[in-house]
Amino acid sequence: MADDLFNSFMNGPDENGRFGQFGGRFVSETLMPLILDLQAEYEKAKEDPSFWAEMNDLWKHYVGRPSPLYFAPRLTEHLGGAKIYMKRDELNHTGAHKINNVLGQILLARRMGKTRIIAETGAGQHGVATATVCAKFGLKCVVYMGAHDVERQAPNVFRMKLLGAEVHAVTSGRGTLKDAMNDALRDWVTNVRDTFYCIGTVAGPHPYPAMVRDFQSIIGKEVRWQLPEQEGEGRLPDTVIAAIGGGSNAMGLFYPFLDDPSVRIIGVEAGGKGVNEKMEHCASLTGGRPGVLHGNKTYLLQDEDGQILEGFSISAGLDYPGIGPEHAWLHDTGRAEYVAITDSEALEAFQLCCRTEGIIPALEPSHALAHVMKIAPTLPKDHIIVMNMCGRGDKDIFAVARHLGVELNG
Amino acid sequence: MTRIDAKFAALKAQGRKAFVSYLMAGDPDIATSAAVMAKLPAAGVDIIELGMPFTDPMADGPTIQLAGQRALAGGQTLQKTLDMVAAFRKTDDTTPIVLMGYYNPIFSRGVDRFVADAKAAGIDGLIVVDLPPEEDAELCIPAQAAGLNFIRLATPTTDAKRLPKVLQNTSGFVYYVSITGITGAAAAQATDVGPEVARIKASTDLPVIVGFGITTPEAARTIAGVADGCVVGSAIVKRIADGATPDEVASFVASLAEGAHSA
Repeated sequence: MADDLFNSFMNGPDENGRFGQFGGRFVSETLMPLILDLQAEYEKAKEDPSFWAEMNDLWKHYVGRPSPLYFAPRLTEHLGGAKIYMKRDELNHTGAHKINNVLGQILLARRMGKTRIIAETGAGQHGVATATVCAKFGLKCVVYMGAHDVERQAPNVFRMKLLGAEVHAVTSGRGTLKDAMNDALRDWVTNVRDTFYCIGTVAGPHPYPAMVRDFQSIIGKEVRWQLPEQEGEGRLPDTVIAAIGGGSNAMGLFYPFLDDPSVRIIGVEAGGKGVNEKMEHCASLTGGRPGVLHGNKTYLLQDEDGQILEGFSISAGLDYPGIGPEHAWLHDTGRAEYVAITDSEALEAFQLCCRTEGIIPALEPSHALAHVMKIAPTLPKDHIIVMNMCGRGDKDIFAVARHLGVELNG
Repeated sequence: MTRIDAKFAALKAQGRKAFVSYLMAGDPDIATSAAVMAKLPAAGVDIIELGMPFTDPMADGPTIQLAGQRALAGGQTLQKTLDMVAAFRKTDDTTPIVLMGYYNPIFSRGVDRFVADAKAAGIDGLIVVDLPPEEDAELCIPAQAAGLNFIRLATPTTDAKRLPKVLQNTSGFVYYVSITGITGAAAAQATDVGPEVARIKASTDLPVIVGFGITTPEAARTIAGVADGCVVGSAIVKRIADGATPDEVASFVASLAEGAHSA
């Protein structure tokens, strides 16, 4: 635990992009000069007050930040234990936390004179956020999405096209998020001069994990001043909880609390049909082991020969066989705990949230809520939990209806 | 001196360019790829690059992606690839073999164990696409300490400032990637490649071999003509995908080798 200034959990990554053994820059030589350029540009922007002034202006007037920190009274009463707060990032423009990061990267791309933006997307939330900001700034936008996901997430595909983006259905591999990321990297290797790769989570080669975390940290920073407004000066949450696919909303909530030893930090992975030897889940930390993929060393779902496995989850946004390297490090150091929630537990939480709080959550934060349902009843009434409501559920109603055996006519 | 160093010394003495051919281990099955591999030296191949299949080959185009998928579907593993090399070595102790692929299967096996096993199997060098010089501590340093060559890719984005870093821990030869892109995509142009190879050769005594985007005997000749040799991959792999017999593949490879050797 961090007990002095020189032993902080907030100093990572080191100059090689490592969080302990995790992270790094595992990319082909063609891309190395590009990520070094990006790192230099980001280091400059980070210290430039005009960069943050522009970010803050856009966060306020375009995204709608700060997002509310909402005390959930009926859910709290229903569970009968800890006080539950929701950080309402689902109220952001485009309906999720993804845009916090996209704005930062697009401003950087503009500073670097890049005119073409590429992105990967799973459920489509990051793709929609990227297409949105590109439309706002008049930049060409190309989104790579697994063919399987294009089929599952038709409304988001249409949204991206309305916003002027070109959507490529990726058929390589098995046509999911990891294959979309492979094809985005292949595009970047091919279009090195004019193209900026806007990664949607805290993964990829250094500096992406740190940069995306820094942009998403606005979530936790707001909680730090919002909670005292309602609970009294200096009050910190006792527990912070967020869902994890790649882990960007979770890093955004967790990071500002890493050096507060009283704050318990819990990341919730997608347990799919259950974390077992059949590997029908996406719980990289709970059921994977360290490896190297997509530019970083981290925990991965893989077979005994180091071949990457497909994940399985009801939530397309959590359907990724890896996890951001900083989470891998927080896991190994013990600073954060990581648990897995199954599809059926997430579906139950989804419905409870709809009925008790009038909020239709996305399936991703429904995983976090499901863990809140497990622990809140065991905790005292003065214990404060802050969970990240990182996305809204409009995109998921078709999938949920299917699982509940309800037929919707489109 | 590795088999690679010996091969280049011999080629230099003969005033010949090197022809390097790529083959995916286990594509479409072990027996076929072993049969093709066995025929390569007689077809004029100077160095064999043997692909290790990986589920997520980020620098490869569709041809090699599919080859890797076929190999994995056929049950190929890193152990089987090493066994294939060991079997090849029973009848050929001179043709250099370079393993090419991605880091995770190696990391998963354990670097020390992999390096020892690769050396024992008769492998001479490694090309690991996702290990730039920034990650040399992972595999490059231990592999070179064990006597394996670590062959680095230099690319059109490797500028003058960066080139020394790329060359620093490279041995065997330098693999110049002719295009910004993936394997099997755009065609390499000798007019673009020539000055780049000259730029690299001004900074190193290592041979510079050019790969990516070379598909015909004529292209092999013109590209080898502006370098120390060339690599052909996707065009050969495509023949295998189309169902060519090992003899038919070997005769296509022979035409490419003749192209390169006539430069």
